[in-house]
Amino acid sequence: MKPMFKWTALALALCLPLSANAHRAWMLPSATVLSGEEPWITVDAAVSNDIFYFEHFPLQIEGVGEPLVMPGQNPAAKAPAHPRAQLQIFRPDGSLAQPQFGNTGRYRSTFDVQLNQKGTWKLAIANHGLLARYKENGEMKRWSGQAADFAKHVPKDAEQLQVTETSSRMEVFVTSGQPSEHVLQPTNNGLELVANTHPNDLFAGEAAKFTFLLDGKPAADLKVTVIAAGIRYRDELNDMQLTTDKDGAVSITWPQAGMYWLEAISSQPIKNPASPASQKRASYTATLEVLAP
Amino acid sequence: MLKHALAVCALATSLSVSAADLQIEIEIPRLDVAEYHRPYVALWIEQDNQHITDLNVWYDLKMKNNEGEKWLKDMRQWWRRSGRSLELPVDGVSAATRAVGTHTVNFSRDSAALKPLKAGNYELLVEAAREVGGREILRIPFSWPAQQTQVARAQGSSELGRITLTVNP
Repeated sequence: MKPMFKWTALALALCLPLSANAHRAWMLPSATVLSGEEPWITVDAAVSNDIFYFEHFPLQIEGVGEPLVMPGQNPAAKAPAHPRAQLQIFRPDGSLAQPQFGNTGRYRSTFDVQLNQKGTWKLAIANHGLLARYKENGEMKRWSGQAADFAKHVPKDAEQLQVTETSSRMEVFVTSGQPSEHVLQPTNNGLELVANTHPNDLFAGEAAKFTFLLDGKPAADLKVTVIAAGIRYRDELNDMQLTTDKDGAVSITWPQAGMYWLEAISSQPIKNPASPASQKRASYTATLEVLAP
Repeated sequence: MLKHALAVCALATSLSVSAADLQIEIEIPRLDVAEYHRPYVALWIEQDNQHITDLNVWYDLKMKNNEGEKWLKDMRQWWRRSGRSLELPVDGVSAATRAVGTHTVNFSRDSAALKPLKAGNYELLVEAAREVGGREILRIPFSWPAQQTQVARAQGSSELGRITLTVNP
């Protein structure tokens, strides 16, 4: 076993959902449209190749279970170089709730949320930071972290230094009763989805319109990928490849009911004297449920 | 999946029905299943795919902590069109589930349910969802108010049996 290598891969997968090894981080809610007084949902969170299958690593979340320690691994010696993901659970009024009954297993984390307020809830994991690659003493090094810590960790005179600003956001929407809008407001930081069609009002055969923003501005010509669940039981991935128009909008007509995974990635050069980065990479992913009419 | 099995016939003579201005007969079919629960049923009226008014919602009203409301969303068209925006129970709309058999519900034109209806063409929607079972939705067009007695039917194939709508002038 080479735990160090795996932990690095996992951390990378968290920062960059579509990294070279194609591991994707995702959350899968048990339901997104709920009735009743204070219904519960349970959520799976994992990092895997195939969407919605548990086959690689749990998505480790702060406040959800204990950090994963493999059998035979010394808890003290494991590599906690990368903190667990920070999950935010927004109630319809914007206040924060805590995950309950959290557990982290070999392949997935699970947690529950009691929807004790009517309206639309948002579960979000967002990261912003820097990724640096450079050569030191003839060896390629990689560092990722917050921009404020960059100077502390990366030598000033590092050779072949390449710095990328990274930003990722993963979201799930869940509605108890009547859908509401408050939690859909963008933060104007990184790549975000503005739901022209409410994300908990999606039906097979109908078109949904979403607009993407990069740092609050319409993200034109953005590649958006949509993949339906159930990959294991079909031969083709059947992914929908869409491109946003000049206003950052796409229209998605859902071919059938089910869970979908949506991903958008933007990568572009930047020139900002205040940042050591020459490239900015932002990703947005969401798990969406489409119902049968 | 919508199944239409529609027959409209104007009756020359008035039927000996009660004073109901709108009458719906709903057949809950007997099903040969190991575990049977009475279906949840929603009856409502639409015009051009827009929800106009709720007539009835049959669900488990008696469970403690209103837990019966947990499955209302399984009538997913009704939930989308109306249920999700309601504060339940709704007087005159919420009602207990019904046993296998044919049930008749009557509405007068002065009732809270029918008062919003202006003259025009409408559809009656009947949606049923059953715990550990399936879901079915039927539509029956009608015009309001009736110039003469209208009788229209739809035949369900799984969760619903025959639905008969009678609109009296």
